[in-house]
Amino acid sequence: MNIQIIAFFVLGLLAVATGILLVTRRNPVSAAVSLIMHFFALAGLYLTLQAQFIAAVQILVYAGAIMVLVVFVIMLLNLGKEDALKERFNPRTALAIALSSALALEVLLAFLSTPTGFNEIAPSAEKIGSPAEIGNVLFSGYIFPFEAISLLLLAAVLGSIILAKRKIED
Amino acid sequence: MNITLIPLEFYLALSAIIFVIGAAGVITRRNAIIIFMCIEMMLNAVNLTLVAFSAYLGDSAGQMFVFFVMAVAAAEAAVGLAIVLALFRSRQTVYVDEVNLMKW
Repeated sequence: MNIQIIAFFVLGLLAVATGILLVTRRNPVSAAVSLIMHFFALAGLYLTLQAQFIAAVQILVYAGAIMVLVVFVIMLLNLGKEDALKERFNPRTALAIALSSALALEVLLAFLSTPTGFNEIAPSAEKIGSPAEIGNVLFSGYIFPFEAISLLLLAAVLGSIILAKRKIED
Repeated sequence: MNITLIPLEFYLALSAIIFVIGAAGVITRRNAIIIFMCIEMMLNAVNLTLVAFSAYLGDSAGQMFVFFVMAVAAAEAAVGLAIVLALFRSRQTVYVDEVNLMKW
């Protein structure tokens, strides 16, 4: 048993458990906290795949920026517990469980039925995941998408300001 | 069971499970913010697949895609939460089943 195997199973279980907590918690704040735990588990999984830069960005952008924004909006709206839907048998939940277990079965069958033949991380993975190499590739081969994404972020910032500032006419 | 190496399939199966949990949350929950968080979780499941392929194939394209997916997710977070705020200001609710103007 080496460290990658132990880390994979511990972090994978943590990621699945916090994901289930996110879907089942009534209170939005505890759902948000379990999603933050989920993002940390995923950052650890990226580290087991030698993707150091992506792991750091995962914590900075997701667990830091995006989740702070989400928690801020939850606090701003002063949301309490989600009231339960009608107490009687809920067809939507039953349908959701049936559909998602069918989807899970189908995807797992597709992934696990034929072995991919890749049993080991490529020796070059450690170099690929380093910030220097990511920077090299990003600013040589992917310079056009990089500039396009900056335009997209600008448009998103302008759009959210306009949406949030608009007066609601009654 | 004695495994010495983790095959690629394990990572693919893990991200499939996370994706399906997120999809179930999108279908069952009523709170728009929690639906939004479930969508973020589904995006992350796909990111895990991309990073796993990138590491096992020794190709950096997957990690570039993850970088761009994260940027798009940040843009989506800003716009999505602004929409939720505007919705709450005009309707005083964030429950998606109480907002059905465009449903039928």
